[in-house]
Amino acid sequence: MAKRQYSFYPGCSSQEGASSSNYLKSVESMCEELDIQLNTIPDWNCCSASIGYAEGGELPRLALSARNLALSEQANPGQDVVATCAACWLATRETRDRLLEDDELMHETNQALAAAGLKLKADQKVRHMVEVLIEDLGYEEIGRHVKKPLEGIKIAGYVGCQTNRPFGISGESFENPVYLDKLVETLGGESIPTYEKKVQCCGGALAFSEPEKSQAMIKGIIEAAYDNGADMVVTPCPVCQMNVEVYQGQINQTYGTKFKMPVVYYSTLMAVAFGKSAKEAALNGHVIRAKPLEDLAGR
Amino acid sequence: MSEAAAKKYAGNFLQEVEANVEEGEWVKMCMQCGVCSGSCPLGPHWEHPPQEIFMMIRANKREEVLTSSSMWMCTSCYNCIVRCPRGLPITHIMHGLAHYANRLGVAPKDNPTHKFAKLFWKNLEKGGRVNELKLGLALYFMNGLAEGVKTSLKMKDIGLGMVKTKRMNPMEIVGGHSCKDKAGLHAILAKAREIELSKAAKFQG
Repeated sequence: MAKRQYSFYPGCSSQEGASSSNYLKSVESMCEELDIQLNTIPDWNCCSASIGYAEGGELPRLALSARNLALSEQANPGQDVVATCAACWLATRETRDRLLEDDELMHETNQALAAAGLKLKADQKVRHMVEVLIEDLGYEEIGRHVKKPLEGIKIAGYVGCQTNRPFGISGESFENPVYLDKLVETLGGESIPTYEKKVQCCGGALAFSEPEKSQAMIKGIIEAAYDNGADMVVTPCPVCQMNVEVYQGQINQTYGTKFKMPVVYYSTLMAVAFGKSAKEAALNGHVIRAKPLEDLAGR
Repeated sequence: MSEAAAKKYAGNFLQEVEANVEEGEWVKMCMQCGVCSGSCPLGPHWEHPPQEIFMMIRANKREEVLTSSSMWMCTSCYNCIVRCPRGLPITHIMHGLAHYANRLGVAPKDNPTHKFAKLFWKNLEKGGRVNELKLGLALYFMNGLAEGVKTSLKMKDIGLGMVKTKRMNPMEIVGGHSCKDKAGLHAILAKAREIELSKAAKFQG
């Protein structure tokens, strides 16, 4: 039996053939090395992210996350719920907090769940994978698994919004969280504590609906990485990853820049540092290839 | 909830917001310091930034608030929430106002985020999980065929990159990922909506 077990909420974007399927792949490789077992919540549904509000009112949105939590309690009792996606984590944790604070909302949510024969106690904590890594394992234990230090690779830690606010990682500040920098150092890489765009918004879902406004912000995020001499950017959020990586071609066209900055996940870095292959680290899932990591994984 | 039903609050938009908008009871706590407006990443693009919206609610500017494109500029970055010295859940209030305007049918029809947010909900509700390919295509074509073809061409390279890295699957156009117990999920959502609307009706006495 694995040393640590969690009830896992993967979320829509991590499904096969979806935009962050490479995130899930690298997380699986990372967890294998760290002896973490992820027990997927059976038949989980979308959390409605932070853009479902127009049509979905408060209670329907709470009910979506409540269904996942109720299914989790049934299948994986006694385990913390863990999400890898920032929006999944935020929506699910927000739901749990709000229901535990408000008896009337809890009652109404359970009335809604009863329509499918479900019941919610909300007795499982809801956590982001980064919290598991930092709080349950710690930098020291993670460091013990490093077989190929990320030597000479300079990495900008882009924390973004929703893994940072409103909850954030315990002990970190909203304005200048440093856990990605610490993680990079733990893996033997070179961090950039002065990276000034680490908590700048990338536009989130508005990268789709307001592309010009969002790309102006993304441009700043990449530019600051170049200014700080970064070889690549690392992030804990699938929306940040996609937004900052895939629009660089359009930004180059609009602004005449020559951006080609790789954007990877913390789990990508960890998989490579733990000695996994390029395929296991899902390096082939990046539109802008992270060459220094590919070289290291191939060595 | 209809425009006619909202008449009961005539002359008191603050009361209407408190009764019908998610976290609306917090609006009166705003002390007009402007930290939210200064912290918003899209601040310069808001017709009326959050600080102004709060004062406009209290000043009874009902139509100006509900028909504004402002709330639809929220990227849900939560910067305003963590910085507000009075602890107002500003992000949620903006979502709540946007939802209320949509429910009343007065939200700006052409605002792209309003359209996208509706498409998103429709997409997730259908199978219980988001189908990214269909969502993307619906977005490109939301302003009609001609513009859709133009946008699709503009987005072609990004799409090809995603397909090549197996982060987009063209086969999702037929079927695709979904929950097994769709009926159960739909029953839950229907019940939740029923409870919410019956409560809204009750507020109007």
